[in-house]
Amino acid sequence: MTKIIEPKRQSSIFRRPSSETGIWSWITTVDHKKIGIMYGYAAFFFLLIGGLEALILRIQLSQPDNNFLTAAEYNAMFTMHGTTMIFLAIMPISAAFFNYLLPLQIGARDVAFPRLNALSFWIFIFGGAFLYSTFIFGTAGAPEGGYLAEEVGWLGSAPNGGWFGYQPNAGMKYSPGTAMDYWAIGLQILGIASLISAFNFITTIINMRTEGMRFMRMPVFTWMTFAVSFLLAFSLPIIAIALFYVTFDRKFGTTFFLTEGGGDPILWQHLFWLFGHPEVYILILPAFGIVSEVLPTFSRKPLFGYAAIVFAGFGIAFIGFGVWAHHMFASAISPVAQAGFGLSTMVIAVPTGVKIFNWLGTIWGGKLKLNTPMLFSLGFIGMFLIGGLSGVTHSIVPADTQQTDTYYVVAHFHYVLFGGALFGIFSGLYYWFPKVWGKMYNESLGKIHFWLMMIGFNLTFGPMHWLGLQGQVRRTWVYAEETNLQFWNIVVTVGAFIIALSIIVFMINWIFSKRNGEKAPFDPWDARTIEWTIPSPTPVWNFSKAPIVKSLDDFWHTKYSEDEEGRAVKRAEADQILLDLEEEGLNPSEHIELPSPSYFPIVLASGLPFLGYAVIYKSIPLALIGSILLLIGGFGWGTEPLEEEAFEDSHE
Amino acid sequence: MSDSHSYPHEPTGVETRKLGMWVFLSTEILFFGTLITTFMIFKGSDFPGMKLTDVYDIPFTSISSFILLMSSLTMVLAHNALEVNDQEKTRVWLLATAMLGAVFLAGQIYEFTEFYHKGFELSTNIFSSSFYVLTGFHGLHVFIGVVLLLALWGIGQRQKGLTLEGGMNLEFVALYWHFVDIVWIVLFTVVYLI
Repeated sequence: MTKIIEPKRQSSIFRRPSSETGIWSWITTVDHKKIGIMYGYAAFFFLLIGGLEALILRIQLSQPDNNFLTAAEYNAMFTMHGTTMIFLAIMPISAAFFNYLLPLQIGARDVAFPRLNALSFWIFIFGGAFLYSTFIFGTAGAPEGGYLAEEVGWLGSAPNGGWFGYQPNAGMKYSPGTAMDYWAIGLQILGIASLISAFNFITTIINMRTEGMRFMRMPVFTWMTFAVSFLLAFSLPIIAIALFYVTFDRKFGTTFFLTEGGGDPILWQHLFWLFGHPEVYILILPAFGIVSEVLPTFSRKPLFGYAAIVFAGFGIAFIGFGVWAHHMFASAISPVAQAGFGLSTMVIAVPTGVKIFNWLGTIWGGKLKLNTPMLFSLGFIGMFLIGGLSGVTHSIVPADTQQTDTYYVVAHFHYVLFGGALFGIFSGLYYWFPKVWGKMYNESLGKIHFWLMMIGFNLTFGPMHWLGLQGQVRRTWVYAEETNLQFWNIVVTVGAFIIALSIIVFMINWIFSKRNGEKAPFDPWDARTIEWTIPSPTPVWNFSKAPIVKSLDDFWHTKYSEDEEGRAVKRAEADQILLDLEEEGLNPSEHIELPSPSYFPIVLASGLPFLGYAVIYKSIPLALIGSILLLIGGFGWGTEPLEEEAFEDSHE
Repeated sequence: MSDSHSYPHEPTGVETRKLGMWVFLSTEILFFGTLITTFMIFKGSDFPGMKLTDVYDIPFTSISSFILLMSSLTMVLAHNALEVNDQEKTRVWLLATAMLGAVFLAGQIYEFTEFYHKGFELSTNIFSSSFYVLTGFHGLHVFIGVVLLLALWGIGQRQKGLTLEGGMNLEFVALYWHFVDIVWIVLFTVVYLI
């Protein structure tokens, strides 16, 4: 069988791209799977950079009064570490999962707006490149009364006001130079990318579900994507406006956050955390979704309390908008507000607890298969539970005041975001590896990766709890020898390098399994959801025929029925059904139309960094270049049809 | 995009593009909500100079607001004309809408220049900053709307004319345009009247 695609050469500005392989096929693709893969690789690249920054921080802290880094360089490194990990690593890796899996899980051929999807990917790439171009073009001067200019150095020329950008510290007076402008505008660009993908996913889930895929039959991962998209859609505008204000303050002399002109630095904190707390759930909910797929599959039981997990997810998303001020207990907010936000913080632990109990209920009494994705999911439950419990301690205002700005907080959010989000993500990477590449990963290397990461992770972030309670302050480049903090700091640094080692094992496994791995069957896990009904690797057209969904865990019920005692019994015809599915999946019997590739998403996206530079350097020519690129992209986009008429598959 | 998939979709019955626009508009509410909140916080403060209220020209702004509201009417007329497939009238009303929007923008530019000459610059005080950023952000939306309307008008010149479905359709732009108008009603009240 050959697939022949002959696009009609209708031109709008450029001739329509037609490459199916090679670099142009990736640059012009609008296929959600290719976009998802690109998101994944780009995010992993930034994960490595963010990890490198973390290692640099840990080398500095391995000795008391160390001078591996200057204060200026340390500030830049922790700012870039936080910003990179949140905006350039975890969020886009989640986006990679959304892109690849969402259409497959709801039985669609693509997302609702394929070109917008490509646009948000390219905006993310340009935003990341723009932010990191600060190392080449950015400058960070010495603030009044701060460190000396000669201490800044090359590493220190990056943004240095913290990922939270507190005002007035991140304002022009205390963070001179252009580095913080790169930060503010870089986040602005990245925010646009996430906003666009949020519209796209919400619309996709509401409107692209296949026949019979009712809301309450959607896989939990799809539900969590839905919740995250709403969180993105409603929290990013707030930070976008706040970042506008920062840019105006820094570049155009306004005083929104500066007290000398009547502005209010606390307003920044409110706006930032009104976005920042939902952001925490933006990072963790995708992992919740992944784990809710992996656990039932390898426990060979349905998910315990499907509806409860779904509604708990939305409960978390909703309450997540009402707890932001618990990040500000040490700031000037009234005791009533402190009590209120302390209470709401305790309340949000309830739906989270519901989920934990449901996961435990899922594995309870199941026939557990302890392979790599399952180990990561189980690790996720344990680590996230620790992070969640230390999180609830912050709802006690006096305790929080004591812990503010210490390593206890650092330990807490790394247990949630690394032990939680990243463990979940690795679980998903192994779980869907066969679907994406059509090969099996190496199980023993996978387990080595898990155990190394588990040990390294706990060595790194476990001791931070007591370091923090002993009073080691975060965001500070040295600690004195007399504080006796050295021993545990060395342990932490060793742990960080063990994590780095585990990542190397992961990369080796990935590269070799992708090339030489065993060929994967299309349903290697005996799974439950409909993305496993199609061949591995996923064909370009996803489903040959729109699937018709009859129940929750539809694929499972295709394969199994129940006996009188409610035990799963494999249907006699199951094997034949699977064979038919694979045959059908590889050889579609009907004419398939796919959206055609397009140049315009990348053209349009390339205009944004120019506009960013134009604001930083107040340059009209750069603004013109940016606007022209936007115009060409927009015009070309508007005048080319989504699908070329002759773009079709024919079969020989 | 709602182009012909042989595939079943739109289980809600709402056209996908329109649904996407509704989702987009719901986030726009938060954009403007944040701006308006900030404006309200700083509205009382006249630190360190005069108040912007001293230089408001309410009659002038009322007229330009009226013009913007009338553009919603012409937008509806364009939509009605297209429903009976009267391409000629659709184009006329579209152009009228774009022109009314442009007149509103011209009024805003004139207003900003006047304020500027009276000594109210972006960085004069916190109140003037909030004023310019808020109304300027809305002005940017009107500008984008005018560009979309003109693009639609341009597409309407082509052989096939405009339709109510697919591509950059009229309903899609109309939703956006009405939203921008409604926001102005709120802004006019919040910024100028109370």
